[in-house]
Amino acid sequence: MECSSCSKKAVYSNQGRSYCKDHFLNYFERKVFRTIRKFSLIKHEDKICVAASGGKDSLAVLYMIMLYCKKYNIDFFALNIDEGIADYRNHTINDLKKFCKKYNITYNIISFKERFGFTLDELIKKGIEKGKKPCTVCGILRRTLLNRGARELGATKLVTGHNLDDESQAYLMNLFLGSMKHSAALGPITGFNVNNKFVPRIKPLYFISEKETRLFAFLKEFDVHFSECPNIELSFRAKVRDKLNELELLRGGTKNGIVNAFLEVLPTLKEKYKNTKSFDYCEKCGDPCAGKICNACVLEEELCQT
Amino acid sequence: MKVFIEKENKQVVLDKECTAKELLIELGINATTVILVKNNETILLDEKLSKDDEVRILSVVSGG
Repeated sequence: MECSSCSKKAVYSNQGRSYCKDHFLNYFERKVFRTIRKFSLIKHEDKICVAASGGKDSLAVLYMIMLYCKKYNIDFFALNIDEGIADYRNHTINDLKKFCKKYNITYNIISFKERFGFTLDELIKKGIEKGKKPCTVCGILRRTLLNRGARELGATKLVTGHNLDDESQAYLMNLFLGSMKHSAALGPITGFNVNNKFVPRIKPLYFISEKETRLFAFLKEFDVHFSECPNIELSFRAKVRDKLNELELLRGGTKNGIVNAFLEVLPTLKEKYKNTKSFDYCEKCGDPCAGKICNACVLEEELCQT
Repeated sequence: MKVFIEKENKQVVLDKECTAKELLIELGINATTVILVKNNETILLDEKLSKDDEVRILSVVSGG
């Protein structure tokens, strides 16, 4: 198959258009930059923190943020959270270090061990006895450290590598769970109205599929290795992900359709749930919190006692 | 042809000629979850594969 824009051999095809290597890279970059501009994700005075695990999504978004920030002379850096997942996170951290060295990007690493006293592997063992799911423990503590780390390092926006697949999965999961209030917290930019201790999060890869990110990383010759978190198969998300991929195979454009339909109702959801989200500060750690004690402190109390 | 499946970290040898799409169907792999590489170049589903080809099936699903 030939590229729709030139006569070169196509490397990617989507919704009736084919792309050679050069046109695909151009399409990818334009799509990310358009998302940043359309939703005003980055302003000139921002200091950008990129949450980077070292996987393909975070390296792709880090690369795109590097291009964007260099073009507009905006300060940026990478932040890695080392949860302590044996035979997984150590590999992606190595990939991240190599990447940052190659492109001369400043990076910081914060670990569960140094901040909570335990690795995630240790916390999962403790949590299972108390009925806690691995992804719940990891998600709460990782999100907390990302916000704390970004804030401590002076960032005004926190970039994540969330993509079209992540967003369509999250929206469907919330639908299945009947939890539309959680969907009100999705979207390309979140956390603007929380409080001054919450660093707003932005998703420049919002309209980019996981397949496109992997292809981008391959074509740009990023040194990423296939790695899947050993805990993912235990999650509800993995089941939704697999079913969604089956639907995408049957009908190309399904994920796009879900996310675009979601964006149509997002303003209504935000309006409906804006009053139920009166954020305050956690009485223990001072972080943003919907109740008196934040979820991370509740977990710490339950799992981090020696 | 020699086929390396990244997600399972295994190699299979198939004595046949087919398209990339037919290969994925035979292996039970969803085409939306992988990219295909032949001779270090990405290929599309309509690509014809011969017995001498070496194909890598790279998983697009990672992280967690």
